[in-house]
Amino acid sequence: MESNQQNQRILVKFNTYYDSVTLLAVSQRLQSMRGVEAALVAMATPLNLAVLESLEFASNVQAGSNDLLLAVRGSDVLSVENALEQAETMLRGGVKQPLNGQVAGQAAGQVTGQALPKSLGRALAENVANLALISVPGQFAAREARQALAKGLHVLLFSDNVALADEVALKQYAHKQGLLLMGPDCGTAIINGVPLAFANAVRRGSIGIVGASGTGIQEVSVQIDRLGQGISQALGTGGRDLSREVGGIMLLDGIEALRNDPDTTVLVVISKPAAPEVAAKVLTALERCGKPAVYCVLGDDVEAPSHATVRRAKTLLAAAQMAVEAAGGALEGESREDGLALKSIKGLSYGPKYVRGLFSGGTLGDEAMLILGEQLGLIYSNTPLAPEAKLGDPGKSREHTVLDLGDDYFTQGRAHPMLDCTLRRARIVQEARDPQTAVILLDVVLGYGSHPDPAEELAPAIRKAREIALNDGRKIIFVAYVCGTQRDPQDYARQVNTLQQAGAAVFASNVAAAQFAAQVAKALQGGAR
Amino acid sequence: MGINELFQQELAVINVGIPPFAADLRRQGCRVVEVEWTPPAGGDSELLHALDRLSAVQEQVEAGNKLAWQRMSEAQPFLEGVGTALAVIPGMGERMLLHAGPPITWERMSGPLRGAVIGAILYEGWVDGAAEAEQLAASGAIEFAPCHEHNSVGPMAGVVSPSMPVFIVHNRTHGNYAYCTLNEGLGKVLRYGAYSAEVLERLKWLEHELAPTLHAAVQLSGGIDLRSILAQMLHMGDEGHNRNKAGTSLLLRVLAPLLLQTEAARGVISRCLNFINGNDHFFLNLSMPACKAVLDAAGHVPYSTLVTAMSRNGTDFGIRVCGTGEHWFTAPALPVEGLYFPGYSAKDANLDIGDSAITETAGIGGFAMAAAPAIVQFVGGSAADALEYSNLMYQITYGENALCTIPALNFRGTPTGIDVRKVVETGILPNINTGIAHKKPGIGQVGAGLVKPPWACFTQALLELAQ
Repeated sequence: MESNQQNQRILVKFNTYYDSVTLLAVSQRLQSMRGVEAALVAMATPLNLAVLESLEFASNVQAGSNDLLLAVRGSDVLSVENALEQAETMLRGGVKQPLNGQVAGQAAGQVTGQALPKSLGRALAENVANLALISVPGQFAAREARQALAKGLHVLLFSDNVALADEVALKQYAHKQGLLLMGPDCGTAIINGVPLAFANAVRRGSIGIVGASGTGIQEVSVQIDRLGQGISQALGTGGRDLSREVGGIMLLDGIEALRNDPDTTVLVVISKPAAPEVAAKVLTALERCGKPAVYCVLGDDVEAPSHATVRRAKTLLAAAQMAVEAAGGALEGESREDGLALKSIKGLSYGPKYVRGLFSGGTLGDEAMLILGEQLGLIYSNTPLAPEAKLGDPGKSREHTVLDLGDDYFTQGRAHPMLDCTLRRARIVQEARDPQTAVILLDVVLGYGSHPDPAEELAPAIRKAREIALNDGRKIIFVAYVCGTQRDPQDYARQVNTLQQAGAAVFASNVAAAQFAAQVAKALQGGAR
Repeated sequence: MGINELFQQELAVINVGIPPFAADLRRQGCRVVEVEWTPPAGGDSELLHALDRLSAVQEQVEAGNKLAWQRMSEAQPFLEGVGTALAVIPGMGERMLLHAGPPITWERMSGPLRGAVIGAILYEGWVDGAAEAEQLAASGAIEFAPCHEHNSVGPMAGVVSPSMPVFIVHNRTHGNYAYCTLNEGLGKVLRYGAYSAEVLERLKWLEHELAPTLHAAVQLSGGIDLRSILAQMLHMGDEGHNRNKAGTSLLLRVLAPLLLQTEAARGVISRCLNFINGNDHFFLNLSMPACKAVLDAAGHVPYSTLVTAMSRNGTDFGIRVCGTGEHWFTAPALPVEGLYFPGYSAKDANLDIGDSAITETAGIGGFAMAAAPAIVQFVGGSAADALEYSNLMYQITYGENALCTIPALNFRGTPTGIDVRKVVETGILPNINTGIAHKKPGIGQVGAGLVKPPWACFTQALLELAQ
């Protein structure tokens, strides 16, 4: 199907599937081409059709989620044709280079004439492996995972939208076979020192992590690294592992594996609020494991009775600190309060002014809400800590708001915000136009899997937002936390510097950033009284 | 393997999905194999369900395929003589015409098949004149049946009439036979639907002079090992379907001294040798029944998901599968993507036709494209294209041919034994090399190229197997 209008072309290829990351790479390449004004190469999901409309493509496209959409508008017909040709070439070639061209320099892949295996079974017929990293769309993911387990592979199941019943069956099977089934919706793991999917380059060491949260594992491992200690293994379980239905199968298997691992001396368990009987089982397992352990559930009652060898941590930062102490390390990491203190709120006018948190990492958002909530009360969110704080329309912030932009609502048919900054850039500008916005709080997650240069993507939006406020006689404070290490591929120092240059205050932990944001808002509230 | 064992090993990852994850791992020096993933079975939930049902009886399926594979691997097709269709083909009737592909009625036959039927009627002398032949064909007085249902195969239209001579190929391991007519050459020939006087005259010469002479020569040989020739020709630039030059030459070497030992007159022998020598595709009509004899050896093996025939009648494409025996799974035949002889174009082409895809079914032809650099123009023009063409087929086949190997792939056995499950799961359809017939009867070959079977043949077969 094809629609044509002067310098715009929209093509629909029916029943043609490409993953969202590949399509993002193609879209970005096209947008950077000379003469291209707007380009969208995406699966024709309702969300992406809305994006097409927002890009002002004049067309009534009849297509569905299984159809590929190629839309280009340019200064002239030739530019449009060139762009489409480029898109076709990239799609034919399978887009081997990721968004950042990270593989440039690496041999262009395969021996001539050697077809890549098109299925897991075929790949295994010709290769030996011990782990499958599966990131296919949810409705196909359980099937691939089952095949991998049946072949004796451990599995990291990155895919989300996997049915709960499938998760239970897969985990029971994996448990019986003595295999890992990390996920579904597991974004992070570090096995034998190798970061998988979204994970940071941290030191190897003696602290083992099992976590139901990807960004939780990232933050704890990064903070441990900053404190001079390292990670033996970091296992993800997926967010639902501690539900009554799943019963913590993988978390318990993970604890058991780390208990038996001679290279692990301290355990950290990062959990989401768990079903009580599951939480009890996890605590019992930790108590019995015979190694010092830290149990971190965000917002947990840290005063709750525990066991001599198990400490409870309220925040990810606290969990990292306790683990480092237990491993014999000292708590004197670098501090990144970059001189910007409360005096920076000079120039802010008093009044009902709010914090707007725009997060790419769900658990970092949760941690921020916890900190902000203690100081500021109700924090609205698309993924709130309390049900009464649920935003009716995630497209519009209300009072203090923290958004998880990696939530399904925002990611249908598009790549995760750790990869694709488009949505966050737009939201920063949107918040800046709201005269009630005083603080914009951001996380910037580095590491493998993430965008190669997120600060550079966000900086223009930060500048633009500040300019909007300035023209309106207001001021907006940008507060950011960069979750990453010196060894991450993005160059940590440069990321921090870019954000600072754009006018953001950058903190050494997510907790510190949130605390600062809360202080600013609190001071403004106080003034209003 | 336990989790703690994993902690002691070097990580080796298979990446199924987002490509940059693999790139990240490679950058860290981690071993990683990338799967070029697309939704299995095109994302069709009914087909996925069928695949899962077959997975549930995995052991029976594997055992069935192993048995079928074993029989195919052990088959030894020998050319043992040349006989008359009526006399040697089982079930051949006096007013019966065999044709290529799955069953079809006169009403639905394409131009070249109709032309070949008219030609065969005239050749048999059942009536005089093309118009009368058409009337007879339409009258219902002639029984039409697929070659495949009578242990036979025929290239293009594949028409076999009762008095036509046929090669007798015997699988000496399992005892089954396969039959095929003698190749008439290129240009205006019956198999492309031509039925002019010269076509019929040539057929008569094949019957009266070539066939008995060849039969006598073959008798003196004690049987000609066709597997051996197939294996050798693949090392000499043939793939056994669109190129048979080396195979024909090897056959000629075997036949020439034998012919001279027969009682035939020197002029007869000379005409026979000249005819074979002048027809690069003469061996096609032996590679085909050799493949047929090999595949029929597998017979009907419950649970087996291996394909035993792919064939087309110019209107429909049909496949048969080991686990469902003689049942045809059919769908409309597709146009051939090809190169055309000067003066012709795609608009002249008939849809895909012929039993010759039996070669691909047995693991040669398009599957052995990497062995035939001389005809890479069909697949994109470079030797690398040909390698990729063959390489892809390993993803949908059961095993590697023990006998037929490809020098350019380090003598790897050709991809053999098409597995319906793998075709549906990967969405990779078998590659078939083929000739292109003019859509009008009487004109003949207009080109050659590549074609794929319709997807629906394999999905139907899978759903039936999953029952």
